[in-house]
Amino acid sequence: MTIDNKLISYLEDLSYLSLADDEKVRLTGDLEEILNYMARLKELDTENVSERSHPFDNVNAFRDDEVMASFDRQLILRNAPVEEAGMFSSPQTVGE
Amino acid sequence: MKWETVVGLEVHAELSTKSKIFCACTTEFGGEPNSHVCPVCSGMPGTLPKLNRRVVEYAVRTGLALGGKITVNSKFDRKNYFYPDLPKAYQVSQLYAPICRDAGMEIEVNGNKKVIGIREIHMEEDAGKLIHDARNNRTQMDFNRCGVPLIEIVSEPDFRSGEEVLAYLEKLRETLLYLGVCDCKMQEGSLRADVNLSVRREGEELGTRTEMKNLNSFKAIGRAIEYETERQIKILEWGGKVTQETRRWDDDKGESFGMRSKENAQDYRYFPEPDLLPLYIDDEWLQRIKDSIPELAHGKRERYQRDFGISEKEALVLTEHKNISDLFEAVSAKSGEPLEAAHLLTGEIMYLMNNANITPEFLAVDAGKLSVLINLVISGKINRNAYKETLAAVFDADVDPDEYIAKQGLKMVSDTNIVGDAVKAVLAENTEALADYRSGKEKAFGFLVGQVMKKLGGTGNPELVRKALKDSLSV
Amino acid sequence: MFDLSTLTLAKLIRDREVSVKEAVCGYIDEIERTNNKYNAFITLAKERALERVEIIQAKIDSGEDLSLLCGVPIAIKDNISTAGLKTTCASKMLSDYVPVYNATVVDKLEQAGMIVIGKLNMDEFAMGGSSETGIFGVTHNPFDETRVAGGSSGGSAAAVAGKQIPLSLGSDTGGSIRQPCAFCGTTGIKPTYGAVSRYGLLAYASSLDQIGPIANNINDCAALFSLISGGDIKDSTCVSEKSFAFSENNEERMEGIRVGLPRNYFTSGIDSGVKEAVMSAVKEFEAAGAAIIEFEMPLLEYMVPAYYIIACAEASSNLSRYDGLKYGYRSADAKTLSEVYLKSRSEGFGLEVKRRIMLGSFVLSSGYYDAYYKKALQTRALLKDAYNRLFTQFDVIISPVAPTTAYKIGENIDDPMKMYMGDIYTVSVNLAGLPAAALPCGFDGDGLPVGFQLIGDAFSEEKLIRIARIYQNRTNYHNTTISAGRK
Repeated sequence: MTIDNKLISYLEDLSYLSLADDEKVRLTGDLEEILNYMARLKELDTENVSERSHPFDNVNAFRDDEVMASFDRQLILRNAPVEEAGMFSSPQTVGE
Repeated sequence: MKWETVVGLEVHAELSTKSKIFCACTTEFGGEPNSHVCPVCSGMPGTLPKLNRRVVEYAVRTGLALGGKITVNSKFDRKNYFYPDLPKAYQVSQLYAPICRDAGMEIEVNGNKKVIGIREIHMEEDAGKLIHDARNNRTQMDFNRCGVPLIEIVSEPDFRSGEEVLAYLEKLRETLLYLGVCDCKMQEGSLRADVNLSVRREGEELGTRTEMKNLNSFKAIGRAIEYETERQIKILEWGGKVTQETRRWDDDKGESFGMRSKENAQDYRYFPEPDLLPLYIDDEWLQRIKDSIPELAHGKRERYQRDFGISEKEALVLTEHKNISDLFEAVSAKSGEPLEAAHLLTGEIMYLMNNANITPEFLAVDAGKLSVLINLVISGKINRNAYKETLAAVFDADVDPDEYIAKQGLKMVSDTNIVGDAVKAVLAENTEALADYRSGKEKAFGFLVGQVMKKLGGTGNPELVRKALKDSLSV
Repeated sequence: MFDLSTLTLAKLIRDREVSVKEAVCGYIDEIERTNNKYNAFITLAKERALERVEIIQAKIDSGEDLSLLCGVPIAIKDNISTAGLKTTCASKMLSDYVPVYNATVVDKLEQAGMIVIGKLNMDEFAMGGSSETGIFGVTHNPFDETRVAGGSSGGSAAAVAGKQIPLSLGSDTGGSIRQPCAFCGTTGIKPTYGAVSRYGLLAYASSLDQIGPIANNINDCAALFSLISGGDIKDSTCVSEKSFAFSENNEERMEGIRVGLPRNYFTSGIDSGVKEAVMSAVKEFEAAGAAIIEFEMPLLEYMVPAYYIIACAEASSNLSRYDGLKYGYRSADAKTLSEVYLKSRSEGFGLEVKRRIMLGSFVLSSGYYDAYYKKALQTRALLKDAYNRLFTQFDVIISPVAPTTAYKIGENIDDPMKMYMGDIYTVSVNLAGLPAAALPCGFDGDGLPVGFQLIGDAFSEEKLIRIARIYQNRTNYHNTTISAGRK
């Protein structure tokens, strides 16, 4: 497949990334090469093969419904780039 | 040809577990911002989820109660999108193998019964809360609600009117309350519904639908359905096309608004959540969950009639809301007088609630105090007048019945001397009525009883009063 | 001290012939002396270490037996969360991030009385095979400073090879422990998926990542593995019930051990120096009495595509949380929420990370999911079945770690396909969740170390380590490495 500008900007939107022009040129070429290489999986016959998303078949890892103390709020907010009134903060979202 | 409204509902119910779905933080509503938060639910780098077993059990319980098929091999998936209320930038949810499929619920509108199909029930985590500070042009993030467990109950597009939607929601709410899986407080957001709506000419193919969000009360849902139906019909009648989009309901303005197009063109890139193991619900576990399902409304209705001899009509009123049936069961257990308790709740308490404009979910009366009152009236310590008066005081001001009765002097007067004195005085003061009675006017007897009661401050033993009056008159 | 095995050093500390302070300060001096050469350390936690020294020494003096590595200094790859100590993933995105909690492995090490003295360099977010992509610069190979140390745990291997630290922790998603070990002549273990808790490992690809030990020999690795392995309530995928029990043995024979040799790993795309050294290891196994059984490894040409599809898909989701709102880098000139997201991420991530995020977004996006992601999961199922069959025939599989020895810094950085192909021998182990040990087995014509790997069946670390130990009992490459590293 060929990677066009439209696909690159779609992937930028999905990933919330904005590539500089030189990055865009490089990644367009790279992605095309890599995806064409990946496409060789099409050769494999996988009919009736189930999808494996874990290395093992273990199931059911639970915890009991018990409450433990939460973290100190100052610790939670310690790495916040901007903190206001005990909350994380960003420029306004409404109306964007 | 007539227009027809077609509605499907997505109901989100917060499960009333103690701790969150993937960490041990409390699910308690409110609290200082970010005070119910840990590294896991705030999505700090390197943290991992660990599933709360009770979330699965509550979801299965709901699925079973709604007649659904439980998915034996279920699993979680990640739904990826960026939004500030979602700290990991993905929501752990279920797409490929939801916990329950093919459920349904019967509703009744204007005497017509109809089954609404429920396509699936799935488990997911709730998002945080955003506070918009318009003055400083900022949005602040509070993650207390992040990770509170949710089930999403997705109906088929089976509704044809707002009434049907409301009937379904009422019944669903009661069912969830009876199941004990959700406290269903819409004002706290623990029960929320998104409305998918389209219109068509009867008999035609389904039209283009819109999804409405931010519906915070049943009333808002009713209004929003009405508004959206009219909006779509107007567009189509003018030859336009309905755009498939998400719309936000503004209850103050009574209008909905299309959300920006970016939120409408979403590609969530769902894939199996690698940090959680798949679920396997074996027969034994399923049976244990089945056994844990509490008695639901119809079961209670039958039992009340069978075991207590309560009338069908009263049983219906008692079981319509879980809060009422809980109160009934508590009062009848404490007082040992189920019939009297049933009369009380379906009669006087309903009357007081109506007067005070209180809906069943907000009813808060002390069951112990009601039991005391019932025992007082049945054992003849107070009469019905005093019973009603004290009841009102308990209902309004949560007074202690014994203290109130003592203070107001409401104890029933059964002393024959006192009653006899009162009768004598009344006969002396009401010669006209006495004459009427003597001349055969039976009505005058009732008047005289009333006068004696009045003299006794309403607390006279009614039987004793009648007897004493009869005796005096027959002399 | 620097030429002793770690277990010997640990014994001297326990016997109070060497103080904890001497050990820790000796290594800190060494790091300060040599770090400008190797650039293996991102953060040196001198004060934190010295505070711990006092506490641990007091415990040793009072006769408390904490563990067999008590008092020994250790350094940790900078993608493992350390409370109060910067954890950067070698990224601008996290260059000032100070975690508020410890990874489970860090808690376990500290309970065992080990002393964390620093955080180690790596490829940005563990995405790479050369430790060249991090914001703090390239890690240099102690054998030849003009060459890479490998990656992504390049700092973890280089620091051990360069005698800056006796032991380290790395992480392995597609070969990130084994390949730098091979490049730097150190020994490392990629444990079975689920043998070690991932809680606190800043995720790259959740279904593939695993933390493991790096040391100068398999005994030291095994000792460290015994401290970090075992179940963890916080990690649903950490399924092992008990931790690995350490024991030593002096065996030199391998009668009855069946070793699988994948013929097609040696036919093309492999450097002759690597091939010769690995084949000499095979000879050594044969000489020890093991049965060498050649076979054709199935699915070889599909392993790298399946790996990169799955790893990038998971990574694109795992790295979405770095959005400039809660922690990490926020662009200074972001005026709207969209700009906070867009600028913080675009400025905070390097090119390789962006490449993988976009690849991952692509393979999961609607319209491509079935052809790429689903297909890769099915390939993974086929591969897992193939390994299951193979381990009914073999006790271990012997294979090269990488097709080349350490290459020149900058040589492959602009050719992602070539970089990805360098993972051909390692990624299938992660896809199948298997354990593997990387061991040095000689040098190529340029005097650069060559490593090979032993791959075992799931949760067969005991057998794997025993066989690796017999090999090292019979050879001296792991010791040669030590003196070579000292020059």
